Amino acid sequence: MLSSDQVLHVARLARLELTPEEVERFGGELSKVLDHIELIGQLDLEDVQPTSHVIDVENALRADVPRPSLPVEKALASAPDAADGGFRVPSPGAS
Amino acid sequence: MSTEYEPVIGLEIHVQLKTRTKMFCGCELSFGEEPNTRTCPVCLGLPGTLPVTNAQAVQYGIMMGLALGCEIAPRSIFHRKNYFYPDLSKGYQISQYDIPLCLGGQLGDVKIHRIHLEEDAAKLVHVGSSGRIHGSEASVVDYNRGGTPLAEIVTEPDIYSADQARDWLTLLRETLRQLGVSDVNMEEGSLRCDANVSIRPKGSKALGTKTELKNMNSFRFVAQGINAEIARQTALLESGEPVTQETLHFDPVSGRISSLRSKEEAHDYRYFPEPDLVPIVPTPEMMAAAEAAIPELPAEREARYESDFGLPKDTAHLFAYEPTWGTYFERVAVEGDRDAKAAGIWVTELRTRLGADADPHKSAVVPAQLAALAALAAAKKVTAAAARTVLDKMVETGDHPAEIAEAEGLTAMEDSGELSQIVAKVISENQDVVERIRGGNAKAMGALVGPIMRETKGRADGGEVNRLLREQLGV
Amino acid sequence: MIELTAKQAADAIRSGELDAAEYFEFYRQRAAKDPYNSYVWVADETPAEIDTSKPFAGVPIAIKDLFCTEGIPSQAGSKILEDYRPPYSATSVKKLTTEAGSTLLGKTNQDEFAMGSSTENSAYGPTLNPWDTTRVPGGSSGGSAAVVAGATAPWSIGTDTGGSIRQPAALTGIVGLKPTYGAISRYGMIAFASSLDQAGTFTRDVTDTAMLLSAMVGADPCDQTSLGLPEPVRLPTADSLKGIRLGVPEELSGEGIEEGVLKAFNETLELAKQLGATVETTHLPHAPHGLAAYYLIAPAECSSNLARYDGVRFGFRKQADTLLDMYNQTREAGFGAEVKRRIMLGTYALSSGYYDAYYGRAQKVRTLIAQDFKNAFGDFDFIVTPTAPGVAFELNSKTSDPLAMYLNDFCTVPMSLAGIPAISIPNGLSEGLPVGFQIAGPAFSENRILDAALALEKAIGFDGSKAYA
Ligand SMILES: [Mg+2]
Ligand SMILES: [Zn+2]
Repeated sequence: MLSSDQVLHVARLARLELTPEEVERFGGELSKVLDHIELIGQLDLEDVQPTSHVIDVENALRADVPRPSLPVEKALASAPDAADGGFRVPSPGAS
Repeated sequence: MSTEYEPVIGLEIHVQLKTRTKMFCGCELSFGEEPNTRTCPVCLGLPGTLPVTNAQAVQYGIMMGLALGCEIAPRSIFHRKNYFYPDLSKGYQISQYDIPLCLGGQLGDVKIHRIHLEEDAAKLVHVGSSGRIHGSEASVVDYNRGGTPLAEIVTEPDIYSADQARDWLTLLRETLRQLGVSDVNMEEGSLRCDANVSIRPKGSKALGTKTELKNMNSFRFVAQGINAEIARQTALLESGEPVTQETLHFDPVSGRISSLRSKEEAHDYRYFPEPDLVPIVPTPEMMAAAEAAIPELPAEREARYESDFGLPKDTAHLFAYEPTWGTYFERVAVEGDRDAKAAGIWVTELRTRLGADADPHKSAVVPAQLAALAALAAAKKVTAAAARTVLDKMVETGDHPAEIAEAEGLTAMEDSGELSQIVAKVISENQDVVERIRGGNAKAMGALVGPIMRETKGRADGGEVNRLLREQLGV
Repeated sequence: MIELTAKQAADAIRSGELDAAEYFEFYRQRAAKDPYNSYVWVADETPAEIDTSKPFAGVPIAIKDLFCTEGIPSQAGSKILEDYRPPYSATSVKKLTTEAGSTLLGKTNQDEFAMGSSTENSAYGPTLNPWDTTRVPGGSSGGSAAVVAGATAPWSIGTDTGGSIRQPAALTGIVGLKPTYGAISRYGMIAFASSLDQAGTFTRDVTDTAMLLSAMVGADPCDQTSLGLPEPVRLPTADSLKGIRLGVPEELSGEGIEEGVLKAFNETLELAKQLGATVETTHLPHAPHGLAAYYLIAPAECSSNLARYDGVRFGFRKQADTLLDMYNQTREAGFGAEVKRRIMLGTYALSSGYYDAYYGRAQKVRTLIAQDFKNAFGDFDFIVTPTAPGVAFELNSKTSDPLAMYLNDFCTVPMSLAGIPAISIPNGLSEGLPVGFQIAGPAFSENRILDAALALEKAIGFDGSKAYA
């Protein structure tokens, strides 16, 4: 069972401001899912290589040739708060 | 009785690679363009976009590895380093983690731990009150720099003083500059250095707790910062307090060191293999291309100048570390029938006149003419002093040295007839000095040389003047 | 017009028997009046001119909201992307429109960021199953399944990460194909779990599947993990299964499968034998661990893929005084419950100290599952299973029990983990609702799968028109 402290820690890492009700609910639900998932703990995986890609491709590099960038208006078109030609955010330092 | 401490330093250097485009997209690299004019869906991290690795960045990485004697990994992969910050468009940085492109290696007296490839973060500009939210501060993000290719060089903790760190960084910078993989300009941020510093009682083999000094933007500040941190850690240990592992900032103005992030904002980067990218497996063709693209590096060049050209060590060193001058020197030496020593002297003379930062290839003095000047001087057609004057003119006009010498009347006197007359004239005009010489004061002869040189406008050979003086005075 | 398959319509348009604009307008009208909430955006006009020289001219295409379409809302079923209009289009979308000449009819509803098996996790309301509007169409590509089943589009595309094409195809009585991982570019497909996501097709019949697939496949310089297929996609022609060896994995065809589904499955195995196939029981010993591995790998990748929804460059933002509050509140308000649940699960699985126990182990299980398939394909041409363990379930019946919901993917997840192609074809009815028959083959065996599927399709003789007639 995940403690509410653990849930809050993970929520902090994930940048989610959970409500107290969610903290409780996620604690329960995630624990249940994890109980099921932990069944793979029973498998002997000692000499098994992990698979991160199912495909057998290497390099597939791109030539260093410029492609047009977006016009700045287009780059900023979907920004919730565009200002001074950039994306405005609350200052990281402000508290 | 106080313990003596010894610092142990490791460096982490971020090198912006000199590719045309970014690490994972086709945007051109930015050099002070208007904000957000060098962005695309990929480097803005728009939904659905995927990175594609720049082949040139990989080649530069391999070149660095080969130049620094690293082992190039037969297969390396990228990971995602996850953390939230507005300068990171995807919420993660694509970087190499446990399987980097290059492992091991050595440059000078410092061992290299690894070199890996990654992407740079964007730039955050503080703009003060946003005006929108009462009293709050705002920043504006410019993603132009976001995604610039970086190679991160990590050294072993193999450095034992701030001076050694600075000297080694200078060597590294010159090596990378000559490799042509980066502009290596600290002020412009294309070379950035972090230092891991710890101290330990002298003689101890164990490593102390290290701190990380972040982002010092000149070699001088690196040395100052390291020294300040050594002093801080020493003071802590001497007062019985432990050093805590943390990230620090050195302020070169105040000389103070402050904590950048507190430890409780624990880094948990949740690294995992980047599923959008496939492994880098350098092919024999890729290795050969990287090898072929490596120019001669300073150490090799210095050795060659000594052995093949017979330059004295300090001149060889000078031209090896200033390759523009070295290349120019080689051209002068070739033009001058490989009288390399003379070429070396006259290229050094030219360097004094133009300044070390100038490009001699762009000056008025073409290598063939400088070689001609060296030949004139060697054949005593002009005297050394006159040749310097000729060089001054060459820098100004680009004319041939023989023409200048002729036009300015600086040609050395061919026969001793003319000089002999001038010597006789000066002797007759300075009977008081002659008296002193005949009276046994041989040194007084110098008082006659000056006027003779003036009369000949420096065209006379000093040895010949002395010979004639002795002959005519009978001493 | 409604009876025409997409291929029949395309042929008729090119031969001049059918007017391209008229055909498009017919579907546009139907889509605009769609009663199942399968669309989140429908084209508001029929193009004045349609270039009939291109193969798909005049044939409308419905596209899952997860695909980026330039200037047209691409919201991935999420509030955090409400009215987001990307500045570019997905490669697969461009291939279908610019290259093949089809016209975008609409964007279809889906579970938010493709996380779900019922299309109930959409910020834009649930999609209903055209066979029974009290039931779900499956998910996450439920909208793309419902538009074909309900004939508000002749065909559509979706994405499949752990079953998100095959399961809704099964639950709505249509054909759904998840190709080999890498056959179709992922560029412009809003990522859920990058190592598993794959675009695919929804059609009324197997021939249409081949035709639609042929226009989508291909290596893309914008996607390093795209390979295309080694040979062009052919229109299938088979009407027998002579010499074909079908393997029925015990682990995916017994326990946990509803009786009616199993009955239909076994009947089709009999049909297969009559068509000349041999049918034998086999084993995929690690397949039962597929779900566990999947529910570690997919959430882990999603927790990272969804970090870019931070209120800075696009999409929804909750304004706040500090950066941290802005992040936390934007993501809290912008994501739905299931997305948050998976982000939490994935973040936890990757967090310091847990990587080896969770993500690392899951990747090893993935290796074993892929190996199981490889072994099986030594003895069999195809592995066949029921597509989903049950028929379409009632709306809201599983939303409060994540694990019960996840069990829907039991038969489809192993193929996703192995990256191999699999198709679901309609396999009759159980309790009056469609069930699916899944055929999986080795990587790049699409042409052979399509042939086998066609032969079975003819033999089964399913009539899907009941859903829209
Ligand atoms: Mg780094
Ligand atoms: Zn870009």
